Amino acid sequence: MLKSVSNRSMERVELERIASQIRRDIVRMVAGVNSGHPGGSLGCADFLTFLYFDVMKHNPKNFTMDGIGEDLFFLSNGHISPVWYSVLARSGYFSVADLGTFRKLSSKLQGHPSTDKKLPGIRMASGSLGQGLSVAIGAAQVKKMNKDASFVFCLHGDGELQEGQIWEAAMYAAANNVDNLIATIDYNGRQIDGDVEDVLSLGNLNDKWQAFGWHVLEMDGHNFMDMNNVMQKAQSLCGNGKPVVIIMKTEMGQGVDFMVGSHKWHGVAPNPEQLANALSQLEETLGDY
Amino acid sequence: MKDFEIFGNKDTRSGFGAGLAELGRTNKDVVALCADLTGSLKMDEFLKENPERFFQMGIAEANMMSVAAGMTIGGKIPFTGTFANFSTGRVYDQIRQSIAYSQKNVKICASHAGLTLGEDGATHQILEDIGMMKMLPNMTVIVPADFNQTKQATIAIAKHNGPVYLRFGRPVMPIFVPADANFVIGKADVLTEGTDVTIIACGHLVWKSIEAAKILSEKGISVELINMHTIKPLDVQAILKSVQKTKCVVTAEEHMMNGGLGDSVAQVLSQNFLAPQEYVAVNDSFGESGTPMELMTKYGIDTQNVVDAALKAIGRK
Repeated sequence: MLKSVSNRSMERVELERIASQIRRDIVRMVAGVNSGHPGGSLGCADFLTFLYFDVMKHNPKNFTMDGIGEDLFFLSNGHISPVWYSVLARSGYFSVADLGTFRKLSSKLQGHPSTDKKLPGIRMASGSLGQGLSVAIGAAQVKKMNKDASFVFCLHGDGELQEGQIWEAAMYAAANNVDNLIATIDYNGRQIDGDVEDVLSLGNLNDKWQAFGWHVLEMDGHNFMDMNNVMQKAQSLCGNGKPVVIIMKTEMGQGVDFMVGSHKWHGVAPNPEQLANALSQLEETLGDY
Repeated sequence: MKDFEIFGNKDTRSGFGAGLAELGRTNKDVVALCADLTGSLKMDEFLKENPERFFQMGIAEANMMSVAAGMTIGGKIPFTGTFANFSTGRVYDQIRQSIAYSQKNVKICASHAGLTLGEDGATHQILEDIGMMKMLPNMTVIVPADFNQTKQATIAIAKHNGPVYLRFGRPVMPIFVPADANFVIGKADVLTEGTDVTIIACGHLVWKSIEAAKILSEKGISVELINMHTIKPLDVQAILKSVQKTKCVVTAEEHMMNGGLGDSVAQVLSQNFLAPQEYVAVNDSFGESGTPMELMTKYGIDTQNVVDAALKAIGRK
């Protein structure tokens, strides 16, 4: 088992090796039940690997709901549960063998993340979009009340920003100086029905967040060096009265050549032949579950 | 029938405000969130005494519900305050996913429920909220009857670990629950014992049912009156014990007939003990503008409706 916490000490090559295994887990989990969301999962594999293995202070072996003294992460776009489950298992929250139960009857690994079956690492159900930013804000405000100097992170899809509640939350966080929060937008430009630009354009996203009173950073979600630099900047901006959002450019389906850059793999599982093709492109580095 | 001592007249929302203020003094984990209705919800006292634990959310109820859910992580006990309509229908999905399904310790405190909100009209008079909330797994649903009971319930739910929907209202009504009564979630209060008919009521209809029981008593009818302040979990034993004796029941509530207290009671009876049941509730209709008491009369949830329903139920035995 890999050590989960190393505070930026981890080599880029090592993170890439972990991410490769996580991508294998994602396509195998989704193919195993012929359902789930591989596209966004593959696109966020690098970021969540970076976050859990190189950024967050957390305690995978002793998960507590309250997470006192730990950094917290909330996945608002819950449909990319495969990548989160894999990252949690590979971090040590639960056995990697459990990944084989994804979406199966009585599994703790529900189609969308939930707390009711007590899967370690998950503090809030998500799936119905637009709620996670508010949840993260509430948790961040309590950290401040508790004089807990940890960070709260959350991840959102770009299509998810079409939900009105996101902007209620954005307004509230800025007005209330929630400056221990780093939100990241998975800006892959795709959603179920097609390109975000065509379905319902987000307009100038950078300007929107700035107008709502947030620090706005941009990041390449497939470049560990860039993620390291931007995340350091994001953390240094915390504590200055304004919340921080990172607009992270990614490609849906990243890492599998026939999936990359298309909305068509948002919520479709590969067939056995496609799975074999995908796995041939992804090195098994930590051992399959 | 025994006479009920009246301890004054107040609105149930003020009972919530008084209970929340007391919690502010006794439980440091209690935090309050309000969506621009601090005065209407009577949350001013808590705000004045605990400004660092009060969160003004603005007119953004969806955000309020999910922020409250997030605040439970780290050990706080959030109480949200807005009108019942905006506490339920407007934010059903936030409650469903982030509070009920996620089993978060949030107390959803809902004022101005039902027709007695009055002149603002049907846009604000929610009559479906009990149904929506009782259908959610993990949710406890409480509809206290008067000022004292609302205060007691507010204090009690802080000690209960899990999501709660607490429903109260705007009009000034008589106070008949003693200030020192012991409120127990899920345990019905039998207000009068009787043998001819059981009346099971909640909220403002408890007082109306007390008035009805007096009228029925003068006609020689012996009423067993139950204040069913907890809709979920329902006190099944109290219902069965009473109806097995009286052999008929009236349910009375300021709510739609579909999905309210009456339906919960009917479910118990259909599965355990068949008996005639009459509903005093709003029959598949939105409300309208008017004074609270005018509306109760027009929409059939007044004292006389309880009397008529009791006589009808007895006639069907």
